[in-house]
Parts: sequence; C-alpha cells; structure tokens
Amino acid sequence: MKFAILVSEGPYTHQATDTAFLFAQAVLAKGHEIFRVFFYHDGVYNATRLTTPPRDDRNVVERWTKLAEAHCLDMVVCVAAAQRRGIVDEGEMKRNGKDATNLAEPFRISGLGQLIEAGIQADRLVVFGD
Amino acid sequence: MTTKQFMIVNRKAPYGTIYGWEALEVVLIAAAFEQDVSMAFLDDGVYQIKKGHQTKGIEIKAFEKTFRALEDYDVTKIYVDQESLTERGLTADDLTIPVEVLSRAEIGKRMEEQDIVLAF
Amino acid sequence: MLHIINKSPYDRPAFDSVLKTGEGTILLIEDGVYAAAKGGAVEPKLKAAMGKFKIYALTPDVEARGIADRVIDGVMQVDYAGFVDLVAENKTNQSWL
Repeated sequence: MKFAILVSEGPYTHQATDTAFLFAQAVLAKGHEIFRVFFYHDGVYNATRLTTPPRDDRNVVERWTKLAEAHCLDMVVCVAAAQRRGIVDEGEMKRNGKDATNLAEPFRISGLGQLIEAGIQADRLVVFGD
Repeated sequence: MTTKQFMIVNRKAPYGTIYGWEALEVVLIAAAFEQDVSMAFLDDGVYQIKKGHQTKGIEIKAFEKTFRALEDYDVTKIYVDQESLTERGLTADDLTIPVEVLSRAEIGKRMEEQDIVLAF
Repeated sequence: MLHIINKSPYDRPAFDSVLKTGEGTILLIEDGVYAAAKGGAVEPKLKAAMGKFKIYALTPDVEARGIADRVIDGVMQVDYAGFVDLVAENKTNQSWL
C-alpha cells in the first residue's frame, strides 16, 4: 500500500515529528511504500541542516535524512511555510537575495500542490501535528 | 487527473495560531487541482468564520476576504457544526460566508465519506 | 473510520469531540493515551464509548507515560506496526489535532 505523511510540527517542542518518524519506519518495515513525506507549518524546521542537539538526544533532522537516503524517500518542504520560517535552499537564496542556505539533503522545497498530489497518489495520508 | 474527496477540518480559533490560515491555503490549492473539496468547522474552528475581524491592532492579516473568495474557487461545501456554534453563543448569521449548518452526527457521516481528511 | 487522538482529554476537547462526532475506531497516541488510564474522571466516558468505538492505545506512548499498569480493560494496545495496520485497514483516517 502507498502511504503519504504530513508533518505539521517542528521537532523537539512537540512529539509529532517523533511519532511521524517512527510511523514512517514502521510503514517501510511492513513492506509498504511511502509516496512522499510533506512538511508544513512549523514542520519545515525538520529540514534545517544546522540543527545541533546535545549528543545524548536524538537528531531529528539526521534521522529523517538517513531514512530518506536508505529508502529513496521524497521529502518535500512547503515553499510558503519555508519562506516564512527561513528555511532556504540554493534557489530560494538567489530568488530572495539571502546570504545563506540551510536546507538539509535530500529535502527539497516545493509548492503545496505536492501535498495535494500526495493525497491523490497515495492510498493513505496520515497527518502528524499539534 | 484522479479526483478524490478532500475534507479540511478546522477546529482551531484564528490568529492565536497560524493553522487556520495555512489550512485555507490547502483548500485553495486542492481546489486548483480540481479535487472535490469540502471544509468543516467545529469546536473553536467556528471562530475562524465569525464576521467582523479587525486585525490591524495585532498586525496579522485577516482572512475574512479569502473566505469570501472560496466561492470563486468553487469551494461551496462548507459545513459548520450546530453544537459548536450554540456552545459559543453564535448563529449562522454571525458568520462571514454562507454555510450549511449540520449536526455533529451529520458532519461525522460526511467525514466517513471522504478519501482524505486533513485537520488543522 | 480511524480517529487518531494525540491530546490529553484533561487538556483539550479532541477526545470529547470524536465521541460526539463519529464512530468506528479510535487510536490514542502521544498525550491522547491519558484517556486510557484507569481511575480518572474520563474513565466512565471512555467505557461508555466502547459500544460505539473500538479503542486502541499506542504502547510506546503508554509506557513512556508510566501508565502501562493502569490501562482500562478493553483498550487494545498496538505498537507502531499495529498503528500502520490500523491506518491500512481503515479507508479514511483523521488526526484530531
């Protein structure tokens, strides 16, 4: 079965990201497919490569990137939410005249249409948030 | 393109958090993708469509105008929970857009019929 | 339909709201699992809802919150794999954020 996941909360403040990640792992472990993980609202903070948690804490961003690399997951950050919250890739940096990027690989920034497309293409869409 | 039934459920008040605004953006995009979109307002979500928001003093964009534009996007299935209105001393006349006021159970039934329910 | 609740019933109305709105299956996760704890004011409400809903709680969240020894009888526990199964089994799901 094809799953899509929407993450609507940032890491560390709320458990939603942790639950979403563990759910995603379980989806893959059961042999299902994940069509896309979409990050919206404060969920876009899951995608900053500048995250540096204490060593004895989980690294939420790294955890997502490793899972994505291992399973070729499509992880999409909503462009409007990212712009509001300062999550920047190369293209956004140039377009908006900023002096840095902070988007972790392999996240990509794209439009909200990607969420709707995920809803259309996947058999199930599950929302994690606050 | 495949058409699915998307319901966007609003249960949070406006301005205190951004969820209502970003939910509205999802509605507009889903409509642009020609999906079968409906909205449901329950609990504090009904406050989102209360008339007469004056947001100048809090420096946050009001979304009343965008709600009124929903019709232009063919988003006309807008359900509001009767009980949530009553609990809050509101009636359909207090709302900024025409809506269908339904019982909880009726809204529950419509949720069941959906392919995708996105709650914000 | 699967209703996913992540709010404590002592803090927010999500649990009450689901009971009023729907029927089907409830999965309690995160702070939502407090609804499944024995001895609280919510217990009678949850028990009364059992006729209308199948009620599950996510074990890792139950255990994390120290209430594993007081889960109300009849509440079924699942791990993340069980969570995935519940989503797969139900055509529609809603997270009551």
